[in-house]
Parts: sequence; C-alpha cells; structure tokens
Amino acid sequence: MSEKLLEVNSLTTSFKIKGEYFPAVDDVSFSIKPNEVLALVGESGSGKSATAFSLMGLHTNARIKGEVLFQDRKISEMGASRMNKIRGGDMAMIFQDPMTALNPLMKVKLQIMETLKIHGSRSKQERQAYAIELLDRVGIPRPDRVAEAFPHELSGGMRQRVVIAVAIANRPKLLIADEPTTALDVTIQAQILDLIRELQDDLGSGVLLITHDLGVVAEMADRVAVMYAGEIVEIAPARELFKNPQHPYTRSLLNSLPSEEMLGSRLHVIQGVVPALNRMDRTGCRFAPRIPWMDASAHEDNPQLREIADQHFVRCTCYKSFELKPDEADIEAEQMNVEGGNG
Amino acid sequence: MLKFTIRRLLITFPQLILLSVLVFMLGSLMPGDALSGLIDPNIPASAIEERREELGLNDPWYIQYRDWVFAMFQGDFGTSIFHQRPVMDVIGGRLMNTVWLSLFSTVLIYLLGLPLGLVSGRYNDSLLDTTITGYTYLGFATPQFIFGLVLLWIFGYNLDLFPTGGSVAPGIEPGSIDYVLSKINHLVLPSFAIALIGLVGTVQYLRSGVIETKQKDFIVLARAKGVSESSVYNRHIFRNSILPIAAFFGYEIVALLGGSIFIEMIYSYPGMGRLFLDSISTRDFSVANVLILFYGFLAIAGALLSDIILSIIDPRIRIK
Amino acid sequence: MNLLEIKDLKVHFPIKGGFFNTVKDYVKAVDGLSIDIPQGTAYGLVGESGSGKTTTGKAIMGLNHITGGDITYDSQLLTGKGKTIDVREDIQMIFQDPYSSLNARKRVFDIIAEPIRNYHKRTKKELLDEVLGLLGRVGLPPGSLYKYPHEFSGGQRQRIGVARAIALNPKLIIADEPVSALDVSVQAQVLNFMQEIQQEMQLTMMFIAHDLGVVRHMCQYIGIMYQGRLVEEGTTEDIFRNPQHIYTKRLIAAIPDTDVDQVERNLALRNAIKAEYDESFSDNLDEEGRAFPLQSISETHKVALPGKG
Repeated sequence: MSEKLLEVNSLTTSFKIKGEYFPAVDDVSFSIKPNEVLALVGESGSGKSATAFSLMGLHTNARIKGEVLFQDRKISEMGASRMNKIRGGDMAMIFQDPMTALNPLMKVKLQIMETLKIHGSRSKQERQAYAIELLDRVGIPRPDRVAEAFPHELSGGMRQRVVIAVAIANRPKLLIADEPTTALDVTIQAQILDLIRELQDDLGSGVLLITHDLGVVAEMADRVAVMYAGEIVEIAPARELFKNPQHPYTRSLLNSLPSEEMLGSRLHVIQGVVPALNRMDRTGCRFAPRIPWMDASAHEDNPQLREIADQHFVRCTCYKSFELKPDEADIEAEQMNVEGGNG
Repeated sequence: MLKFTIRRLLITFPQLILLSVLVFMLGSLMPGDALSGLIDPNIPASAIEERREELGLNDPWYIQYRDWVFAMFQGDFGTSIFHQRPVMDVIGGRLMNTVWLSLFSTVLIYLLGLPLGLVSGRYNDSLLDTTITGYTYLGFATPQFIFGLVLLWIFGYNLDLFPTGGSVAPGIEPGSIDYVLSKINHLVLPSFAIALIGLVGTVQYLRSGVIETKQKDFIVLARAKGVSESSVYNRHIFRNSILPIAAFFGYEIVALLGGSIFIEMIYSYPGMGRLFLDSISTRDFSVANVLILFYGFLAIAGALLSDIILSIIDPRIRIK
Repeated sequence: MNLLEIKDLKVHFPIKGGFFNTVKDYVKAVDGLSIDIPQGTAYGLVGESGSGKTTTGKAIMGLNHITGGDITYDSQLLTGKGKTIDVREDIQMIFQDPYSSLNARKRVFDIIAEPIRNYHKRTKKELLDEVLGLLGRVGLPPGSLYKYPHEFSGGQRQRIGVARAIALNPKLIIADEPVSALDVSVQAQVLNFMQEIQQEMQLTMMFIAHDLGVVRHMCQYIGIMYQGRLVEEGTTEDIFRNPQHIYTKRLIAAIPDTDVDQVERNLALRNAIKAEYDESFSDNLDEEGRAFPLQSISETHKVALPGKG
C-alpha cells in the first residue's frame, strides 16, 4: 500500500440548477495519510459537505469528475455494489444533524446492527452485544436501555452519539466526520474528540474532519485545508496555518472568532455572503468580491495554489498585500451593503 | 404496545354506548311503533294497548333501551317490517356478499396500488412515473359508476367474459366447488371497478411519501452504512412512506364494508349498500336502524384498527 | 436597578406512566433558581443540554407552567394568581433555529409586521416604513421585504428573527442560543449587531447559550447552570479568571482553543480537571444530587460549595 490512505485528484462535483450544471466542488485535490487528521474548513456553501458526499458516493444527482483513490482502489469508478462493501466499513461517515440522521421507525440497536451485519460475520447475539458496547464507548449512560429505544426518545446529544457509534462500528480506516460535534455540549464534544483520537491510535485511521469550529481544528488537525466557493484556497500543516495564516479568507475567518483579545470590541465581519452556485463568477480570485477594497491588480487572473513555505499552499497572489480592514470601514461597508444590495 | 392497544380499546366502550343510545333514540323518534303496522285495523284499541303493555312499549325509555340492548346481545335485532322476517336473516346473506366484495377490493387496491406507488415514487419524473401519475389523475376525475358501467359494457356485454349481475349463478348447490367459483366469477368485475378507482389515493400517497422520504438524512446515512439500494427502499423508505396509508387502512376497509352503493346497483350485486338504500325507500326502519348501528360500529372499529396499525408501525404514536 | 428578578424559580414537569397515565414523578427542570439582571446588561445563562436553561427562558416568556417562585419584571410580579399585566410587548425572544422559527409560508414583511399588528394600529404606509426601518437596523436590504425565509442564508434569517424580536421596542430580550446554528463568519455579524442593538436600545438581555466563548464576548454577568440550579454566578471576569466550582472549571477547560501552542497543555489540563471532576463532583452536591445553595465569596461572585464557606 502506498503511504496515502486517500488521494483525491481534481475532484469536481456539479449540481444541476435550472437545467445547467454548476460545480460545487471545483478541481479539488488533497490526500490523507493513515493516522492523519485533515481538517476541511469553510463557511456553509463552500463545498465541504459536497466534497465529503462525493468521496462516499452519496450524491444521487450530481455529476462527478476526477479521481478518488482509497487504499489504492479507484473508488470513484466503482459501482454501487462494490462501493457498498467499502462505505460503512473501511470508510465511514459521521453526519451533521443528529435530529434527522436516524430512522425514526427503527430501534437504535437495529440501526447499529444493520451496519455490523453488512460488513461483518458476527451472529445476531454478537452484533447486539457489540452494538451495546459501542453505545457505551461513545459515552452513552445505560447503553443496554438506550439500545432498545427509538430515536425520538433520545436527546440531540444522545442521537449524535448514536450516529457516531454507527460510524465507528466497523472500525473504519478512514473516518469522514461532517461537523461531528457541532450539536453537542463542550464536555461531550471533548469526549467525542477523545474517541476519534482513540480510534486513530488503535487503527491508524485517517480522518477528514469537516468543521467550522476553529478551536476543534487547532486541537485535532494535523493539516488544514481552507475551502471557499468550491476551491481549496489554503492548505498547510495545522501549526503553520494558525501561526502564519496567509490567504485573506483564512485570516478573516480567524479574526471573526470571539476570543480573549477581542473582548469588548467588534468582531471582524466578512462582507457579503458565499455566492450561490449559479451566480458565482468563476473567473479570477473568487474571494475578491468580499474584499472589495483590494486593488484588482493584487489578484491573479487565473489563481493557482502555490507552495509558499514547506507544505504550505496558498491560492492567488492577493494574500501578499492583504490587510484586514479597520473597524470603521467595516461598519460603513456593512451599511453600504444594506442600501446598495438587493438581497 | 399492548398497553396502548388495551387503553385504545377501553376508549371504544363509551363510544359504543353513546352510539347505541343515539341509534335507539333515532328509532324511538320514528313515527309509529312495531304494532302500528303489524296489527289488523279491526282489532280494538284496548287490545292493542294491552299488547303494548305486554311488549313493554309503555315502559320508560331507559327500560326499553335496556331490553333492546339485551335482546341484541342474544342475537335478536327485531323484525323487518317490509320482509316480515327477522332483521338478522335479511342482513345475513347480504353481509357475507359485501364482506367478500370488500375483501377482494381491498386486496386488489393494495396489491396493485402499493407497487405502483413505490415504483412511481422511486423513479419519479420518469416516463413510467408520468404514466402512473397520469392514470391517477384520470382515476380521480372519473366517477366510479361511470367506470363501473364501462367495465360492465366491455367485459360483461361485449366480450362476455364475466357475469353482468348477481352474486352467484342460479341453480348451483351452495358449498360445492362450482358455487365458490361462480361467487368469485361474479366478484371480479365489481371488485375491479372499485379497486381500479379506489387505488389512486393509495398510489398518490405512497408516491409522495417515497419522494419525501428518499431525501431524508437517515436515508443518506443508510446508504453511507453500505445498505444496498434495494434494502434502502424495502427496509427504510417503504416503512416510512406507508404511514399515511396505514393511517387510512382502517377507514378504507370500513368504507368498503359499508358497501359501495353505486357498484352494487350497477352490477345488481346483493350487498349491504343496496339493502340500506332499499330499507330507506321502503321505510323499513327496523332494518335501517340496525344498519346505522352496524355502520357506526364499523366506523369505531375502523378508527381503532387504524390507530393500532399505526402504533405498530410508528413507535412515536405509542407514547401518547 | 434590576429589570428582571427571578426568585427561587421552580419548573417541574410531571412524568406520567402506568396504565392510567398517572403522575409517577417529576422532572425538576428548574429547581430553585434565583437570578437578578440589572437594567441594560447582558446576562449569560450557560449550561449543558438538560440543565434547564431553555426552560428558564420559556418560563420568563410565560411559555411554561411555573411550579413555584416569583419572576418580577420592572417591579411587576409576572407570576402568581390574578396576573393581569401584559408585558409580552416588553419581553421578546430570539430563537436558536433561524430555519424553523420563521413561518416558511410568510413573507419577511408579514413576519416582522405581525407583532406590530398584534399590539398597535398602523396604517399600511406606517407599517411599511416601520418594517423597512427594522430591516435596515438588522442590516438587511429593502429588497428582502417580499421574499420568503427560504431565500435567505442562515445569518440573514437570524437577522429577520432579531428584527421581529425588536419590532415592538422591547426592554428585555431572551436570546436562546441565537448563534449556535450559524457559521463563525455569520456568527460574528449577528453578535456584532446584537451588541450594537443592545447598546442602542438600552436592552437588557438574557443570553442563553452553551458556548462559553460567545457568552464571554456578549455578557457582563454569567450564571452557570447545572440540573436546574446555579452552581456559580459572577461577572464574566469572575467566572473566567477565578472559577471556583469544579463544574465551571470543567466547562471552561473543555472549550477548544485556537492557540496551537497550548493544545498539549489544554488537553492535559482538561484531563486533569475531568479526573478531579469524576472523583469529587458528588461531594459538590447534596444528598438529593442537587447543587448546594449559592454563597457569596466576593461582592459579585457566588458559588455553590458544600458547607459554610
């Protein structure tokens, strides 16, 4: 096996809007090594979840181009039946919304046992016992009773832990975690993050961690890829990214967090919103419209990811002259937005 | 589960008592009583009054009600004024005919409707789906009696494949194989006439249920677990989509047991619907009353059945 | 002056069970909670899910049955019998989920105009001007007026929710997890303008959240809630600089920090506190598993510690 667990080359995932296809994931390439956590960061609409769904082959009506290699197998060209042996087994996913991710008509244990049955050869009794063990591992009190419960009888935090139990049931080599702890309390979050680390230590699993919580990223990730409008705009080892963020988007995001230094002052606001798929200008720097005070000459015509330090890649040249806007201009711009914008 | 069912059953008792009181009062409100039409006008009024006293017709209403209920428990539903026979005899044969007709229709509705709805929802917006949906619109728009007449005309008169009336061919000995076959043969046209129109609701409900369910997150999660596409549909989508249909099942079956008046008229099928119509037009209130009681009982039973079925499928119902 | 005073609030929900659906027990969602919020300040009510913080918010709004205790708003008693005053106009709520708290079938104009229509008589023109003014205030373009909620992003929807909440010029806002469903960049926007609006309108705010970082940014006072009771209360400074209760310590230690240099240290600290918590948490509760009554340890700082402090 090569040293790469997952290799994604020029992945492009397009969705049909009013008869035309628009890429939500646009020529994205990255790789994950065993035992490595790659965090994928960005606002909603930046293409993070679409990337995860593409890797798992879960899009039902998207056009997907590019190549995805998992353990040297080209899963991007696999049919459904071969893919079904991989997903849920060696490659599993944790979903974001615990309230809707579980089948309301199935007992919790059956939802876990289902994935155990597909990917394993245990007997029914063993599956049931293991399902309860998994519930225990994700920190659910009285797992034997929760196993018999239906999803609506559990709180959001409990349901999310069930979703996680389903994902780790077959000890995946690659875990795709789409906002795994967003819905959880911090203490539970800490528990779940510990659990993911444990899984890594046990199995050397790689993790693709999709989150908007930069604190979680700092704590968990080995490398970080920042996505904006379907593209990776910056990718670097975690330490480097937090110490030396370059792309204007990365820096804006980091500055919008409430932190000790920001106490008593306004948080940085990124102007505008992520453009809708069918209204996006795909020429030039895609982040340019949200930093309008930058001169057009600062951007590249055809922005490329370039290595600016060891393992540190940044897209477009605008990072070189970028400055965060002072506060007053910020407010003014926001007002401009109100008067001039049209929603 | 069991607790829910028992509790739900207990609720039906007050409903039944209320129903019977209402029907009883309806009966007493009717002009005249059992004696007014039965007795020769030459008999002196005092004798009639004596008979009244004997029969308990002068007792207070609650005593009469009690006697009426007791009588029913013993199988005595009174006498049909028109037929001059016990009501139960009049209803009995008709009831079995209707039970068979509704059973056939129900089986047909679900046997045809469920696969059509599933296919239509799974491949929505395909040619197949458009065809099925087109048919359901046609079905919604077509009155059942017209559809029944068309079937009768084509398969009964023109092609001469099926009998055009009655519930069994005359002159066959009851209980023989031929008798059963003849019964079934007579059921085919009316039950198809009911089912082919009756299934459109089922198809539409199931179709929209499937379309809604297949976009749910838990379906994506099922696929992410590696569940095969056929299991995704059979195990996850199907059960979640039939909830509205299950909720209607009890009512549907009751509606059919009530008898399909138009179809029974068109096919001259001796069932409950026609009996009810006849009993009202001949002012045979002792039959009509029992039928009303029977329909009311069915409605309560249908609601009960629907609730129990739903509680079996949907655990969220059981809590309340 | 305190705009809101909660005294020994209790909200108990009956647990029904058995064959005849009789009351078997009670869930003590809120069980003896006292909070004072001074006029014009923001008070952060922090706790994990199930701590009773949302129930508290709803109780203030009159959306919950109250088992015991008093809620006083602007020296008027809101609880108890013979309640005649209507302060709903003065107290408004902002909800967690901007997706489901807005009626999807109504246009933005109708959503925001609804509370105004309920309480005041306005001509069409006045109403339109008022709604436009509110839209401007929360930073939405006038073009949003006749759109439907689904046409907006999460942050914009939350702005609509805020516009509706401030439509009646309330004095007290109960914000229940207003940003927990939002992206960080959008969260920053919403927090900024909530802070602005709070200052502009001299609003008093109860900020219910599980995210201590956000609460720290927004609030002057913080109360930490555990199973229906406060375990610690103080200024934001007190809570973050000098947390006393092991539960508070654990909550703070569990927040992931973006400082990559501190990750190892934070994790070690978190584990140490978790160990201490597991070992000694029961000592911090009375025989019934409830937090002890609060005791003052400074002018502003109160902690629920066992014994006489």
